[in-house]
Amino acid sequence: MTQEQTEPAVRARGVNKRFGSVQAVQDVDFTVSSGEIFGLVGPDGAGKTTIMRMLAGVLRPDTGDILVDRVDVASDPEQAKLHLSYMPQRFGLYEDLTVAENIFFYGELFAVPRDERIARSQELLEAAGLQAFRRRLAGQLSGGMKQKLGLVCALIHTPRVLLLDEPTTGVDPVSRRDFWAILYNLRESGVAIVLSTAYMDEAERCSRLALLHEGVIRHCDTPARLKQAMPGVLLAITSAHPRLLREALAGKPGILGILLMGDRVHVRVDDDLHRIPEMLELLAGQGVTQSDVTRTEPGIEDVFVALLGREEAV
Amino acid sequence: MNLRRCYALAFKETLQIWRDPRSLAVALLMPLMQMGLLGYGVSLDIKHVPLCVYDQENSQESRAVVNRFVSSGWFSISHNLDSQSAIRNAMDRGECSAAIIVPVNFSRTLAVDGSAPVQAIFDATDVNTTNIALGYTQGVIASANAQIEAKWAAAHGITPSRVGQVDLEPSTWFNETLDSRNFIIPGVVAVILALVGAQLTSLTVSREWERGTMEQLISTPVTSLEVMLGKLAPYFVIGLVDAAFCLASSIFWFKVPFRGSFLTLFVTTALFSVVVLGIGYLISVRIRSQLGASQIALLVTMLPTTLLSGYTFPIDQMPAIIRAISYIVYPRYYVTILRSIFLKGSGLSNLWAPVLGLLTYAVIILWLASRAFRKRLD
Ligand SMILES: Nc1ncnc2c1ncn2[C@@H]1O[C@H](COP(=O)(O)OP(=O)(O)OP(=O)(O)O)[C@@H](O)[C@H]1O
Ligand SMILES: [Mg+2]
Repeated sequence: MTQEQTEPAVRARGVNKRFGSVQAVQDVDFTVSSGEIFGLVGPDGAGKTTIMRMLAGVLRPDTGDILVDRVDVASDPEQAKLHLSYMPQRFGLYEDLTVAENIFFYGELFAVPRDERIARSQELLEAAGLQAFRRRLAGQLSGGMKQKLGLVCALIHTPRVLLLDEPTTGVDPVSRRDFWAILYNLRESGVAIVLSTAYMDEAERCSRLALLHEGVIRHCDTPARLKQAMPGVLLAITSAHPRLLREALAGKPGILGILLMGDRVHVRVDDDLHRIPEMLELLAGQGVTQSDVTRTEPGIEDVFVALLGREEAV
Repeated sequence: MNLRRCYALAFKETLQIWRDPRSLAVALLMPLMQMGLLGYGVSLDIKHVPLCVYDQENSQESRAVVNRFVSSGWFSISHNLDSQSAIRNAMDRGECSAAIIVPVNFSRTLAVDGSAPVQAIFDATDVNTTNIALGYTQGVIASANAQIEAKWAAAHGITPSRVGQVDLEPSTWFNETLDSRNFIIPGVVAVILALVGAQLTSLTVSREWERGTMEQLISTPVTSLEVMLGKLAPYFVIGLVDAAFCLASSIFWFKVPFRGSFLTLFVTTALFSVVVLGIGYLISVRIRSQLGASQIALLVTMLPTTLLSGYTFPIDQMPAIIRAISYIVYPRYYVTILRSIFLKGSGLSNLWAPVLGLLTYAVIILWLASRAFRKRLD
């Protein structure tokens, strides 16, 4: 049996949500299969949290249906909640309870048998590196530890669908690594994971990505195919004056897009063989120094801004 | 409904109360303070009220009247003055809160008419004290009258049996003051329990909204009913502890006679606690900020309890419309019940009407509260 033949773990169809005059989510369709990490990527206010909330059954869509684990979330949210876990963007655990107490509380809410809860929390705490902090109040944990505790609480009842809203924002690199190690394990065991992220390197680790902009999914595919879909060739130019360089190149023929990346500038051109000499000539004429022009593999950030048309001077 | 989830919520809530100084203070210190303040405010035995005397006659009879004030123990003479304006000044300076003026022809009027006026003036800035002092004054005058009447009766050859009756009046008077305290303290208990109970629960749901823990809680399979029961349970225990404290101090400290049964007291108090906790919870569900919820809870409990429960103003002296309204105000039932249990020793069978009133309230409030909480953000 292939993935296509089984009913996906999450299916959203024609989902709309409006807040007053703001169309927060518009005609969103996607599916997530078991064993997939599905990433929602988009700028602030793109509608990531709104989608997550609707999947979690805490917000009702205006129109459209959402099936989570084959249960219609809109009509039977309580049934759907038995097998999903939701970690909100804002830390949602009790800061005046200890790590162990929070885990106990969520285990009880999901009626996890005692022995299973103990074994599972042991295992999860170990994976999260939180063993030593079981008696510490959640409010006194660092940002990264808080997020990992959130994940532990979300996983205590072995959910089939895991919803994580920007789980690693403000988390140190070490904690992020722990976090992702747990996610990969879950994926192996067939959990469907939906996560939103603002980090491009994280987006790259997802099985599939939905690029979200103003409530609309603009593109939805694997990271590799999204990169292929990006038109043109990407050049990286290192320069002491990246801003000057950008100004010099903006709007010139054949330049599809420019993106500042620290001391480097990513320039997307239609044809590198012709455009590189042209560009060098132009820059020399304007007295902008550059050290190095190389072809480069696009990162998700390049794809993102290119596909959403958010590069400057296109 | 899943009892395990209820227990988990109750346990969590208990931990949070225990670790939150504000909750603890409201739960344990507020009743203590209020019992002291309100209880003493209304029932302090005001002794040695400073009294100014302006005895215009200075005869044997007039001095006898003045002496009665002193010997009653309730007054002590702070000044003997000789003009109205001196009394005014003394009162302005706060040197006395009551004054009596015995008119110049006191003994003669008394001898001729059989009665004579004595003027009493009170500093009414503190209404409570004034009322009590006024009561004392009436008592003193009554006892003086009794004696004068007795003398007068003897002089006119009337049978002593009637004199004996009149003589009893002062003792009735002493009971009467005690009665008003006995009457008021149960009202105070009701006010405190309503206030504290609703304050406590008014924070419980709004706190989750404010701290951002609600979003995760409502994404679990927990039901609204479980949330309500789990959250109310620990506050119910606290409410009963507070009630036990308030009632015990009424009996043992303020010495209100207790003639009823503890079982009746327990059952009715538990019922009243359910009503006030439910009201606080209902407010908490509706108002998503702790401050807003606690202020509305204060309004909803303080206003009706103090105004209409008969705690400060006797209900039978109010206009008919307000009396009618007072029947729908929940503390009224409990105050009535408490007074009956304390003073008359009534059991549940005598109290069926107010108990039914409370029960109806409890059922309606719990029904509303269990439905009010929606597991949704919008
Ligand atoms: N409860 C609400 N009431 C009114 N408007 C809302 C509400 N929630 C979201 N919005 C609006 O809907 C849009 C999408 O918001 P959403 O929180 O889903 O974005 P997001 O992608 O999660 O952003 P961020 O990266 O900042 O978390 C925004 O314009 C936001 O202002
Ligand atoms: Mg968001």
